[in-house]
Amino acid sequence: MTPDLIAFFVLALIAIAAALGMLLGRNVVYSALFLVLNFGTVAVFYILLDAPFIALTQVSVYAGAIMVLFLFVIMLLGTETLPVSKALPWQRPLAFVLALILAGEAGYLLFFRKVTSGTIPQPVQTFGSPQAVGQALFNQYLLPFEVTSVLLLIAMVGAIVLTIKEKGGQGK
Amino acid sequence: MPPLNFSIILPLLVLTVWACLLLLVDLFVKNKGITALLAALGLAISLGITLSQVGATGTSFNNMVVLDGFSTFVNALLLVSGLFGIALAYGYVKRMGIERGEYYTLLLFSVVGMMLMAQAADLIIVFLALEMLSIPLYVLAAFARPNVNSEEAGLKYFLLGAFSTGFVVYGIALVFGATRTTSLAGIVSAANAASSGTSSLLLLTIGSALILVGLGFKVAAVPFHMWTPDVYQGAPSAVTAFMAAGAKIAGFAALLRVFSLAFPSLASDITPIIAVISALTMIVGNIIAIAQTNIKRLLAYSSIAHAGYILMAFVPYGQKGVVATSVAAGLFYLVSYALTNFGAWAVVIALEKAEGNPSTGSGQRGLEIADYAGIGRKHPALAAAMTVFMFSLTGIPPTLGFVGKFYLFRAAIAGQFYLLAVIGVLTSLISAYYYLRVVVTMYMREGEPETTSEPWLNLTWGLAAVLTVIVSLVPAPLFDWASQAVLKLF
Repeated sequence: MTPDLIAFFVLALIAIAAALGMLLGRNVVYSALFLVLNFGTVAVFYILLDAPFIALTQVSVYAGAIMVLFLFVIMLLGTETLPVSKALPWQRPLAFVLALILAGEAGYLLFFRKVTSGTIPQPVQTFGSPQAVGQALFNQYLLPFEVTSVLLLIAMVGAIVLTIKEKGGQGK
Repeated sequence: MPPLNFSIILPLLVLTVWACLLLLVDLFVKNKGITALLAALGLAISLGITLSQVGATGTSFNNMVVLDGFSTFVNALLLVSGLFGIALAYGYVKRMGIERGEYYTLLLFSVVGMMLMAQAADLIIVFLALEMLSIPLYVLAAFARPNVNSEEAGLKYFLLGAFSTGFVVYGIALVFGATRTTSLAGIVSAANAASSGTSSLLLLTIGSALILVGLGFKVAAVPFHMWTPDVYQGAPSAVTAFMAAGAKIAGFAALLRVFSLAFPSLASDITPIIAVISALTMIVGNIIAIAQTNIKRLLAYSSIAHAGYILMAFVPYGQKGVVATSVAAGLFYLVSYALTNFGAWAVVIALEKAEGNPSTGSGQRGLEIADYAGIGRKHPALAAAMTVFMFSLTGIPPTLGFVGKFYLFRAAIAGQFYLLAVIGVLTSLISAYYYLRVVVTMYMREGEPETTSEPWLNLTWGLAAVLTVIVSLVPAPLFDWASQAVLKLF
């Protein structure tokens, strides 16, 4: 057992436990915190796979920004006091069927599919490194990158326009 | 890395920077009319730069964007549409009590998105441009909040728009999976190289069909039109006018770019699909319009029907000899539709009133066709202009709509799509019933219509009416420009 493999199994157990904790937890805040833990372990997986850029994005965007936003929403809205909404009646059977299909597909791919090409070629060491991503982002994809930034500005302006309270008290 | 050629997207850059600055300037301007004028000035400057680029070609940003005759033509049309949109909104937002400076900023950003769409040479840019033109429109549709109709329009447009964007993204992903590139030019060569392996071409076909679904939603083609009547009715009229013209122009520009540049090899699969969609759109739009009593809903279904006519221009996109004339006819029709559309909506705005219960949106607001009774006697000029627009939408000479339909049907016949041309003529006949009903109501019924007279509004419907007639008498220069514009594409 290489150290990498040991690290993987330890982290995998933590990740699965955190995911289960999130699903089964009764308190919404605990569930959110379990999800943060899950995101964190997944980020370490990325580092093990030599993809530090995605790992850092995972931490800063998902575990950081998005989950903090989640927690804010949970705490501001006070979901704790809300009545538990009834699940849709067909949701559970449907989820069961879809899960079975997914498991079937995964099983088919794992056990029955003939592997034609022996091994997957190892990507070059710099693949997905922060430098490589930056090079692509600011050279080939410069325009989409800039357009995205303007797009976010527009979305922000739009969100504020639609929610701001008027001085006359017209807004909501 | 090659040096970037900013002049390729100069009109777009200028407008983006202008819109960002306007956002700040607006904070210090008490009179929002000044914001509107500044926004119009930005559009005019960008229009000037665009017109100075006639004849120029090139690509930049690693072939992400392209400048050619087609993009110049469409950009000029979009910028003029933006100017019309501001002229319509200038008095309207004040009168309806929804005057906020962001209206004009968002409108500018939407125009930027539409122009980017016309210049896109990469599926990533197509997607970003689609979002950039749509997000401001979602917000503008809900701009009259807390009016529930406007809020409903915004939410409905947003949810269904996001849904359709999902189709586009999935389609792009499949196309990328099949060809390993998102560049339109790259897709063609990859598709040609892969014509031996059928599996990747199947992925390409599915991907292109999904993109067609998403863009079909934007241009309100049947069966993706369900949102149109509610959104057009609920959104503020000035927004609807801009949305109907701008989103259609940009959507068709994207359809043309993506399908004729990237997917010519799929023409045999896609042509029947577009033909059926076009026929269905003409039939459904025109027939349901008959039953409408609300002028905004009537124009919404009319807009659906016209999407069908314009789609007709893209049916023969795989036939080398026919496609150039056909697409030029489509561009000509877009101009004619945009002009007539703005004129008709200007008349609607002239009759619309702010009264009525704002929280329910009901009450007498001058939006029923019955409210048009008596205009012929009271306001002869307004009635004459509306008559011109209704004639043009039907396709009766001497109006631009007639010339546009003539070119379109001629192109369809040249491409040997006789059935489609027949459906086009028959549905135009059907449409005469409901368009002329408006004219009959204006002249034959007695009534006490209340209209608003604002300088910019009057200018809009006056100018649109005069141009609709004059250009139809000498259509050749415009059609020649449209033909020149698409010449380099094929």
